Amino acid sequence: MTEIRLQIDGKEVVAKEGMTVLEAAQSAGVPIPTLCHHEKLEPYGGCRLCIVELEFRDWTRRVVSCVYPVEENLVVRTRSEKIDKIRKMILELLLAHAPDSPELRDLAQVYGADRNRFEKEASFCIHCGLCVRYCDEVKKKNAVGFVDRGIRKEISFIPEIASKECWNCKECFPLCPTEALQAAYLLTQSLTSHPPSLEPPSDK
Amino acid sequence: MSPINSPAELEEFRKGIRSQRDLNKPCITLCSGSACHATGSREVAASIEEEIKKQGLSAEVDVRKTGCHGFCERGPIIVIHPEEICYFQIKPEDVPEIVSRTIREKQVIERLLYTDPDTGAKIIHESEIPFYKNQERLVFGSNGSIDPKRIDDYLAIGGYAALAKALAGMTPVQVIEEVKKSNLRGRGGGGFPAGRKWEGSRNAPDEIKYVIVNADEGDPGAYMDRSLLEGNPHAVLEGLIIGAYAIGSHEGYVYVRQEYPLAVENVNIAIKQAEAYGLLGQNILGSGFDFTVKVHKGAGAFVSGESTALMTALEGRVGEPRPKYIRSNIKGLWGKPSVLNNVETWANVPLIINKGADWFTQFGTDGSKGTKIFSLVGKITNTGLVEVPMGMTLKDIIYDIGGGIPGGKKFKAVQTGGPSGGCLPEELLDLKVGFDELTRAGSMMGSGGMIVMDEDTCMVDVARYFIEFLTDESCGKCVPCREGLRQMLEKLTNITEGKGKEGDIELLEEISEVAKEASLCALGTSAPNPFLSTVRYFRDEYEAHIKEKRCPALSCKELISYHIDTAKCQACMICLRKCPADAVDGGKKKIHIIDQEKCTKCGTCFEVCPSRFNAVKKISGEAVPPPIPEEERMIIRKSKAQ
Repeated sequence: MTEIRLQIDGKEVVAKEGMTVLEAAQSAGVPIPTLCHHEKLEPYGGCRLCIVELEFRDWTRRVVSCVYPVEENLVVRTRSEKIDKIRKMILELLLAHAPDSPELRDLAQVYGADRNRFEKEASFCIHCGLCVRYCDEVKKKNAVGFVDRGIRKEISFIPEIASKECWNCKECFPLCPTEALQAAYLLTQSLTSHPPSLEPPSDK
Repeated sequence: MSPINSPAELEEFRKGIRSQRDLNKPCITLCSGSACHATGSREVAASIEEEIKKQGLSAEVDVRKTGCHGFCERGPIIVIHPEEICYFQIKPEDVPEIVSRTIREKQVIERLLYTDPDTGAKIIHESEIPFYKNQERLVFGSNGSIDPKRIDDYLAIGGYAALAKALAGMTPVQVIEEVKKSNLRGRGGGGFPAGRKWEGSRNAPDEIKYVIVNADEGDPGAYMDRSLLEGNPHAVLEGLIIGAYAIGSHEGYVYVRQEYPLAVENVNIAIKQAEAYGLLGQNILGSGFDFTVKVHKGAGAFVSGESTALMTALEGRVGEPRPKYIRSNIKGLWGKPSVLNNVETWANVPLIINKGADWFTQFGTDGSKGTKIFSLVGKITNTGLVEVPMGMTLKDIIYDIGGGIPGGKKFKAVQTGGPSGGCLPEELLDLKVGFDELTRAGSMMGSGGMIVMDEDTCMVDVARYFIEFLTDESCGKCVPCREGLRQMLEKLTNITEGKGKEGDIELLEEISEVAKEASLCALGTSAPNPFLSTVRYFRDEYEAHIKEKRCPALSCKELISYHIDTAKCQACMICLRKCPADAVDGGKKKIHIIDQEKCTKCGTCFEVCPSRFNAVKKISGEAVPPPIPEEERMIIRKSKAQ
């Protein structure tokens, strides 16, 4: 596989062709914050937190590093005034939903994000899609999905699948950057725990 | 019908169709698009057919139900050939007279003609009416002369000649070169040069390639793609087949909203007919080139008009845009090179191939060539679809073609480019419409929506309306768009309700900047435009709402009050009777007073108060005068008092 040389924050980095800028940065130990990224999953490009700056001769361009592929001689800057400003706003927008998420609060400290900037609408879910995509891409079960769109979009377990598959899995729980997933699951469980057919499978 | 096997056979066939048509035989054409149906053209069509039969003229008169003629304000429209007498706002009861007087006796019925509002003169011919006279209807013009359900009508006006020319006389590369030379830019919004897009796909190594018609038009108030696909589906298909030949694609899709049933119907009929004629399918016109088209009905998401979201939806998945930085002409539908152009873009292609790039480039400006169809709506006298050469000024479109603002009101702004376009003020009326010109002014061409607003329109409320639309239509995948719009909508709603705070404008600007920079697709990156353009040109209105709790346009309900001027009220009881909230107190000869607690601000009293009294007042940002003391409320009329 062809090696590609690029520069990230002044550091010479050697990456493999087909890698994303984020992967190249991570392999070189340069931190870039992410919320919707997971190494086992297809890049999603949803949270936009991993936005970085590409420097060209006389102009710059901002791209999200989790989907942008490495190119020879690319010059990447992972922080700048503008980048920090964008990340701060993204965090503030998300903190309105999940004000107590430890991951968000840690990042908020780094970027000076005010968790009270926007009125709270504590739905907890920040739509990173980790649970949905993990269940689809890794477990291939599709027990949890997104319903509706835009600001009405939410995660939802599909009772018929969840009641069969989730009891012994629950691998998505630790992926959730907020508590939303577990809450949604408990809700599904409470709604579906009565019919006998939805009882957990007995160990035979 | 056996397939036509060569360009020569096509010309023979065309000659046959034309020879059977007697150009002197009376023909009634009636607009029959969706907008026409809304004004009652179906009923008119039925009565024309009935009347012709009744008067025993079935053999002597042709009736043709065509697509939209564009002048929707005056629909349904009838044009009687060969004299080209044009009648407007036809009702079924007008039909017997039209048949007996105009068809039989060759007399013009004055009252059905267009009256020039300036001169009062009656105008007989379409081409002399200012609305049409000032247009350049290269693409849309054929709509009025063909029945979209009959391919022979399209062939009779020279249809599919461009396809024959391309297949028989041009290499695919020559076709691309011609389109590149024409500088045809995408009519769907982005304005990307079509030829370059095609070239990228042609040069991509994959065997399988796709061409797609984007007919997912979703801007509020816009219906040009709809009318084109309904009224002239073969023009779009012909363009598509030429494009497929140019890039080496053998499979195409028409992605059309299912909310456009007539467009779906007509394009499906057109495909069947083109297949039967050998203009689609295997070995088209004997050239050895194969191409098939399928129609896909979109499920009604605005975001699916975004090219990558559309392709995702075509693949059968949720229509969300793709995050990858790869152009879809290289990796698009099912990962294959896919050229997606909008309805109007495809419809321009046969013209360019037929008449050449040099002919095409004589219309337009340096950066934007050809014409553009706009959907001219809002506070405008002549609502309808207009096609003008690029570079025409907004003023010429709004005043010369659109006939200006009705009701003696003052022009305030024109919104172009659909929901994520921008509002342009009076100072910019001399702006020439073109892709780059509109973008520089803070708006965009978009797909061609043009909404005219008068002095009664509140620009903050306009921004709120469009942001609300976009919030509803955002797919919700990326944070800056989903969450940014949610917050923007909340702030804008607060401002229009008088709950705006110092710093709101700055916060809105900050969110806008992030949404523009960091959103995943064009819906998000352009979503702040309604706010940014209104705050750029109408900042004082925002400030009035926030600082003085005043709506200068007297439009925001929460910020206005109605009261009755006691000196003018004649106690006529009209407003009292009409008020749906029982908020008007008074009686015969007793001056009326509006109970502010009960008033729902519907404005009925304001509208019904006779203009000779003009007693109901609408105010904003000031206190309602205290009601007059009870003992002074009785009106003592002099005549009666004597």
